[in-house]
Amino acid sequence: MDYNQILSSRITGVKPSGIRKFFDIANEMENVISLGVGEPDFKTPWVIREAGIESLEKSRTWYTSNAGLTELRQEVANYLRRRFSLEYDPKEEMMITVGGSEAIDDCIRAIVNEGDEVLIPEPCFVCYEPITRLTGGVAVPIVTRAEDEFRLTAKALKEKITEKTKLLILPYPNNPTGAVMEREDLEAIAEVLRGTNVMVLSDEIYAELTYTGKRHCSIAGIEGMRERTIVVNGFSKAYAMTGWRLGYAVGPAPIIKQMLKIHQFAIMCAPSTSQWAAITALRHCDEDIESMVEEYNIRRRFLVDALNRLGLTCFEPKGAFYVFPSIQSTGLSSDEFCEKLLYGEHVAVIPGNAFGQSGEGFVRISYSYSLNHLVEAVKRIERFIQSLKG
Amino acid sequence: MDKILKLLDENARLTNDQIAVMLGMTAAAVDEAIEKYERDGVICGYKALIDWEKVDREYVVARIELKVSPKRDHGFEEIAKRIAQFHEVESVYLMSGGYDLAVTVSGKTFKEIALFVAQKLSTLDSVLSTATHFVLRKYKERGVSYMSEERDERSVTLL
Repeated sequence: MDYNQILSSRITGVKPSGIRKFFDIANEMENVISLGVGEPDFKTPWVIREAGIESLEKSRTWYTSNAGLTELRQEVANYLRRRFSLEYDPKEEMMITVGGSEAIDDCIRAIVNEGDEVLIPEPCFVCYEPITRLTGGVAVPIVTRAEDEFRLTAKALKEKITEKTKLLILPYPNNPTGAVMEREDLEAIAEVLRGTNVMVLSDEIYAELTYTGKRHCSIAGIEGMRERTIVVNGFSKAYAMTGWRLGYAVGPAPIIKQMLKIHQFAIMCAPSTSQWAAITALRHCDEDIESMVEEYNIRRRFLVDALNRLGLTCFEPKGAFYVFPSIQSTGLSSDEFCEKLLYGEHVAVIPGNAFGQSGEGFVRISYSYSLNHLVEAVKRIERFIQSLKG
Repeated sequence: MDKILKLLDENARLTNDQIAVMLGMTAAAVDEAIEKYERDGVICGYKALIDWEKVDREYVVARIELKVSPKRDHGFEEIAKRIAQFHEVESVYLMSGGYDLAVTVSGKTFKEIALFVAQKLSTLDSVLSTATHFVLRKYKERGVSYMSEERDERSVTLL
């Protein structure tokens, strides 16, 4: 059978990620020091795991309501108010999803019509573009630059807005660059968007992981933006709960209502065990977040300093758990650098161009590893840089 | 707890420069703080955690529970100091509960330790009784696991 004739051209038209092969090698190689993961090294705090176990012991294993457990939604509302000064009605303006990823999918599908343009700052996480394509939308990258600390500028945004623009993705704190958008930066973006019909999908999955003493600022809290913003967040990065697959979306009721339809037919509800566990996370784990952030910050300072010393210059990443150094001083392309480093010193980092063409000349290094692991990795990278010179 | 102490407690081989970078301090401030800790006896020493099972050193450890009679005016201090002087003794703790002092003793063989307890410890004037427990296996010490490391199951991804 010629399956290409049968399969939807929408999905076959999505390019497979070329980096898969590199990952397979990195994941199978012995004695690899990996700096390539995108999830916390911390274990889910024990009280959260215990709450999950308790829910199983009590046989709370039924479907929940489509939008998620009432108690959980109430706790999410409390949490957003407490941590980010955002007010959302847990009944009409919120839904619990299978990770932030599902919320992103639901949101793009609920908003984008055939031919609509979706603005995506790059480099960024890789899901927005293919999902946009699957809906028949057109992904329009906006290049962000190291000299702007990889922030989205009002100027760059303005240049890309057309009458077909429907949605702006705002992925900050950013994977892979570690960039954050501060209040003034968001004010400038809001200034461009107020008075348009462009909606914002603000992917704030790394919101808890910021390091300069300033709390993450959500664009939904900027004047005039709440009505045009869908905030996506989740439990994976803040509470080290990646495998639990739990996230949520909050936004204007008419939009959540439509997103919920997609969720209802495609997913039914997020896993009940995870939902029960998440209630405990929101009620009791603010302190766990603080101590994880403190630990990430120590590693971040160590890595930024070490990489800059080695001539792999990087701006100070203020959020997430990635450093995004330039490797241009080595004269290698991102792919070459990563391959040579993997084969030469058994250290796995990710080529920046995997996150969009504008990431060429950079690599992503995760500091979601113990300090001892990072110290060893830096030694190996140093040896590698020396070998390039010699 | 002071952040410098926390880092050194995790890894005493970090250099002062590394600690300074990690905590966003100047190297001079870290030097000064650590010197003060050493002077004030807050930091009492730096040693490696070694799993002697993995090298061919004859090494046996026992935990001895001692009941002792405290001395007027000196309490347990005097006997604790006396016991701490033996080079065979690795640690001495004053305990609450069923006995008074917990003493960790090391030697080359079980017999050597047994003789030490019989000849050196139980003969001390204030020692009323001893109970010797030999360590069979060390799983964790000072927060560091001696068991084979858990594999990092996370895979390299773009997530």
